[in-house]
Amino acid sequence: MTPRFDPSGLRDTRFWEYALRFAFGGVVTVATGLVAHAWGPEIGGLFLGFPAILPATLTLVKQHDGRAQAIEDARGGRLGSIGLVAFAAVVWATAHAWPAPVVLVAASIAWLAIDVALWTVRYGFAWKARAHR
Amino acid sequence: MIGELLFRFLLGGAIVTAFAAIGELFRPKTFAGIFSAAPSVALATLSLAFAKHGPDNVALLARSMTVGAIALYVYGAACVVATKDGRVPVWASAMAAWGAWFAVAFGVWFAASGALQ
Repeated sequence: MTPRFDPSGLRDTRFWEYALRFAFGGVVTVATGLVAHAWGPEIGGLFLGFPAILPATLTLVKQHDGRAQAIEDARGGRLGSIGLVAFAAVVWATAHAWPAPVVLVAASIAWLAIDVALWTVRYGFAWKARAHR
Repeated sequence: MIGELLFRFLLGGAIVTAFAAIGELFRPKTFAGIFSAAPSVALATLSLAFAKHGPDNVALLARSMTVGAIALYVYGAACVVATKDGRVPVWASAMAAWGAWFAVAFGVWFAASGALQ
């Protein structure tokens, strides 16, 4: 199995569904800032891994594609969290050493590279193994 | 203060929406789901933290974020199990799984804080 580029998903998504995600994302970013302001960055940082928009995303996937696809999306989110650990670790390790844009770009590359590699190992190779049986 | 909060809201909302749109471009859903766990709120928050508070603050935020992201893995696993139950609406099971995130995030954070002292 390989990832497929399929822009039809973008066309099928209604404006209010993007607006909902925009609102969730905005509110959580504001809330994270307020938590960090009130209780410090140690507590505020926890919420950078908070699954703010996953309930909305899973609900929309279920409405569009059914419960089985929502479960698949949740599986992808679970796998994606491992890349998020890598993102945070790169920022933690390099925040003092590199300029801000370099830190954030390097961390984003680490997030995507690790998630794509893990996805390929978990789903790409597993599918090939089943196909050869 | 209100202006800064509004800027945070717009920046966070824009980055979250952008990653959601990228996720819509891919199949299968296991791959698209990776973008549900994108560092969208983190990119917005850390960019502003770099600009306003500097690298010390960013490093502390990121250190705690590693714990929040570990809790996100447990949340995802809880979501997979809870979503399989066809009697419960997906939104309800996904929101109930927030309990798993809070328990792991704060449990690990307090355990790690105690171990570091």
